[in-house]
Amino acid sequence: MCLFKAENGQMAIQSCAECAHDTIDAAELDFRELNRRLRESRGQSRILNCCGQRFIASGMSKQSVTIEGVPGNALGSYLNGASLTVHANAQDAVGDTMNEGRIVIHGSVGDAAGYAMRGGAIYVRDNAGYRAGIHMKAYEEKIPVLVIGGTAGSFLGEYQAGGLIIVLGRGAGSRPVAGNFPCTGMHGGKLFLRGDCSRILFPDQVTARKALKQDLDEIRNQVMEYGNLFGVDPEELLDAPFTVVTPDNKNPYQQMYVVN
Amino acid sequence: MKKEGQVRIPSGCAIAAVISRTGKRMSGQLITDAMRPMHDRSNGLGGGFAGYGIYPEYKDFYALHLFFDRRDTRKSCEVFLKERFEIVQSEIIPTRRLPAITDEPVIWRYFVAPLKSVPASLQLDEKEFVARTVMRINTEMPGAYVFSSGKNMGAFKAVGFPEDVGRFYRLEEYQGYSWTAHGRYPTNTPGWWGGAHPFTLLDYSVVHNGEISSYDANRRFIEMFGYKCCLQTDTEVITYILDYLLRVQGLTLDEAADVIAAPFWSTIERKSDPEERQKLLFLRKLFPCLLITGPFSIVFGFDGGLMALNDRLKLRSMVVGEKEDRVYIASEEAAIRTMEPDAENIWAPSGGEPVIIQVKDGAF
Repeated sequence: MCLFKAENGQMAIQSCAECAHDTIDAAELDFRELNRRLRESRGQSRILNCCGQRFIASGMSKQSVTIEGVPGNALGSYLNGASLTVHANAQDAVGDTMNEGRIVIHGSVGDAAGYAMRGGAIYVRDNAGYRAGIHMKAYEEKIPVLVIGGTAGSFLGEYQAGGLIIVLGRGAGSRPVAGNFPCTGMHGGKLFLRGDCSRILFPDQVTARKALKQDLDEIRNQVMEYGNLFGVDPEELLDAPFTVVTPDNKNPYQQMYVVN
Repeated sequence: MKKEGQVRIPSGCAIAAVISRTGKRMSGQLITDAMRPMHDRSNGLGGGFAGYGIYPEYKDFYALHLFFDRRDTRKSCEVFLKERFEIVQSEIIPTRRLPAITDEPVIWRYFVAPLKSVPASLQLDEKEFVARTVMRINTEMPGAYVFSSGKNMGAFKAVGFPEDVGRFYRLEEYQGYSWTAHGRYPTNTPGWWGGAHPFTLLDYSVVHNGEISSYDANRRFIEMFGYKCCLQTDTEVITYILDYLLRVQGLTLDEAADVIAAPFWSTIERKSDPEERQKLLFLRKLFPCLLITGPFSIVFGFDGGLMALNDRLKLRSMVVGEKEDRVYIASEEAAIRTMEPDAENIWAPSGGEPVIIQVKDGAF
């Protein structure tokens, strides 16, 4: 049996011989040393007692990392294929400029999650702070995905240039699913918001409309995955009105400087 | 030396605070430790703390903390102080020698009461008299600088990383019902002892992460009312703005927050409550020069409480958490978890949304 799934919730500190997990106790380690050890470790690692160390797994391509405790800013920045799971909240700029891979947060994230993300997927169980998905982009087969289970703060999808942002609004209660000024400067990609969007004011250069069945087919896989990851019935999530937001024009800056 | 582009310095200021709603006092060790996980947000050019409720034995006296460049300066400043105050206690602020903290000035504290006749002859109330005296020392007495002037509170600051500054000032020996802290990464002004945060005036203190773009507009306005911005730094002007709005104009904390982090016109227009809309319009029109623009997250300390506030665009991070009687505020959740691993209700206030925590009446 893997020691990392030790009984009674006890955390094992030593390495697991059977499944090649490496454990790193992050207490008293600064971010450089923690990342150095992470790079030396084998295929699967678990970080214990994490508390604010930045740039965890930055640029990593192969590993699978589980984190206990709160990771610092820019978790998984430039991530290039690795898989990260956090059993706590995460701070600012999760998946900054991420290229490939997956980040799963069993909690909430701070500001600017998925900043300039260009591939891979981020799943956040609860809420996101301001500027989630700011300047996400896409190119051919590279389509980044950001799924937020709860609500998002203001400036959601600011300058979005591509990719897919999905906000499920779980536990929103009387609060709006997204804060003020969503989609400011959006010129590409798609944004899906679940639930009541009547109080949300969208800017002039985007179209917000009720999502049709074919729209929802586009996000079915991502919502299923969210449901699997966090133990929520995906059909229940999909069985609600969604609003889909897209920019009006593929090139909103067409006439701003020169005619092209 | 490595130039821009050859080296990246991962930084941004750090703030943290803790308060007990029931006025229970806690050691300065707690807030010093909170700054450790945020070490990389500072660059060693400034760290500081403010503690409230730390001088109960002298609670009726203004605690003046001063830096002097030389002993002579202290002698001449004391002569000046004695003309205005009764000095009940005068002592060196105890420090601990550390390799990380160097070039310390002469650091002194005085517990004083204004001589009744002086403010009376100037027709000033006591607080105004103390504030003016502080301004006068800081602008007219080269080599002397008052960095703390409230009752039953004190600021402690230095050039260094905050966790070292906390050890330097032996904060573990003080007990306060609220504490604020700052780690500095100066962007515009040199890192020196007086320029570290908190900035204080009377019992008000401000720790600030950010860089406001309205500095000069704010400064020109506030200097009309006798404040002297002598450090060219944005945090100093925030402190004076809050002093002006709260002490001089008598606004509430919520109203002051609506002045300095006023909602956008478009947001005000969409407010459903007409009374609230009118009030927001009134405040924006009355104090347009006190709108603070650009990124900031601040913790404002005062006698009996704390207020945390972000700029209206929320260009800086701030997280709040609680556990039992205590409320925790920090730039990063990691700092809160260091103070209280089991902190609950962790949330990030919206831009311009003040978080005000006041100690239960009379409990401090």
